[in-house]
Amino acid sequence: MDFSLTEEQTIIVDMVRRFVRDEILPLEMGLDPDADEVSPEILTQLTEKTKAMGLYGLDTPPEYGGPDIDMVTRVLIAIECSQHRAGIYVPCYGAFGGARQAQLFEATASQKEKYLYPMLRGEKRVFFGLSEPSGGSDPARSIQTRAVRDGNDHWVLNGTKLWISGADRADYGLVFARTGGEGRSGVTAFIVETSWPGFNVSRVVHTLRSAKYATEIQIDNLRVPHENILGEEGGGFAIANDRLARQRVPYAAECLGAAIKAHEMAVEYSKIRETFGASLSSRQGIQWMLVENEIDIRAARLLVLDAAAKSDKGLPFRTESAIAKLVCSENAFKVVDRSMQIHGGLGVAKDLPLERWFREMRIRRIGEGPSEVQKHVIARDIIGSSLR
Amino acid sequence: MAVRLEKSWIDLNISNVAKVAGHLGVYELANKNGEIVYIGVADATSNFGLREKLERELQHPRFGACRFRVEINMAYRTRHTELLQVYLYDQNKLPVGNEDTNPKTLGRLRPGGSIGQS
Repeated sequence: MDFSLTEEQTIIVDMVRRFVRDEILPLEMGLDPDADEVSPEILTQLTEKTKAMGLYGLDTPPEYGGPDIDMVTRVLIAIECSQHRAGIYVPCYGAFGGARQAQLFEATASQKEKYLYPMLRGEKRVFFGLSEPSGGSDPARSIQTRAVRDGNDHWVLNGTKLWISGADRADYGLVFARTGGEGRSGVTAFIVETSWPGFNVSRVVHTLRSAKYATEIQIDNLRVPHENILGEEGGGFAIANDRLARQRVPYAAECLGAAIKAHEMAVEYSKIRETFGASLSSRQGIQWMLVENEIDIRAARLLVLDAAAKSDKGLPFRTESAIAKLVCSENAFKVVDRSMQIHGGLGVAKDLPLERWFREMRIRRIGEGPSEVQKHVIARDIIGSSLR
Repeated sequence: MAVRLEKSWIDLNISNVAKVAGHLGVYELANKNGEIVYIGVADATSNFGLREKLERELQHPRFGACRFRVEINMAYRTRHTELLQVYLYDQNKLPVGNEDTNPKTLGRLRPGGSIGQS
């Protein structure tokens, strides 16, 4: 398959690369190494530039004002956007529009008016409440949050959500709860406002990363209007699943961006660092590490572009997106690890971005479905339904 | 890990601050009534972490702070946010020294348990 860039893609990649080099990297020099946001004033300045580039709202469909780009171009942008210290979890500090809750595009007209458009205008923040202490990779079985009908107009929700990013600062979000029996048909998606009584963000979950930190939500007799069901009753799993499959591809590409940068740094450092009278780059042990980096990056790049190309052609791409996520996150972790090793003590210091990438890439092998779950998905697709 | 910082207060003076290591983490300052007047963070832009931050507080006293407590924490950014959110939940306002933080963008926590001031 030919993955050479079109003229338009070449222009876009160059534009984004310049933006990262000229706007983000100098800005980052003055920030804490774990910073995950810039001031509203600076963010406004940055977004004005991405809007001028025609690339604001990368994950917003064109009919809602987003750029008309295909998945391959989206992947190429993701690879470029993530080549800075905060790039894995906060590419360009949200200058390209940040994350969107894609499910809200499936909302009714009145739900869109109330919830979708304020989100698109950047006036409201949203969260995605799927995972629970009982598990996140198998929501059809693990969801224990329960919604019980109360008369014709309301539902009452009770349960706990865990690993939910941004819930403490959100205005509303999606909460998936069991309205029926076991399995996927028993799960319904509700749009929940965080100011409603019974919705409690009980703690921040501190992890290896600061960026896009997770929270725990306690839901205690939360009354939700029936009109706030998103999609159909019992249709929540399909809504969640669609999101996870689509987001997996640019998610994989973001891993790759940081790996590319780490590898570049390792190559340069190996040429200037001398030990025992010779440069590191002249040592076979170091050369092989650099070779392994190069192979890991190239293989991952081809696989993520393959998944994106299948998506663009309207072909099934679940297996390809799982392979891309698995290989990109695993390979990128190895690349960052080797690059740290080549840098010696400097590699683990906060002077360089490698230590942050190492921590965040470790999470990346678990987030959006751990590697083992991706293997389960791939195995299910190649062997058949017997694994279900 | 407790959501609230529930360590004992230490007098803010030269000898006590000198005992603090240069780790990254969070700290709280209190006035003579035991009221928290500032919740701070020693992030990786500081050369000597918590000790440097507290030395500055000694050099430029503010808000009537006379006691401190620290928590070494590599997740200093999220922990700082959490402490501010918890204080806002408990007191319905921010410490006097943190009033430049916008409560609307800070986020909201509704943790269980009792108010952790001592």
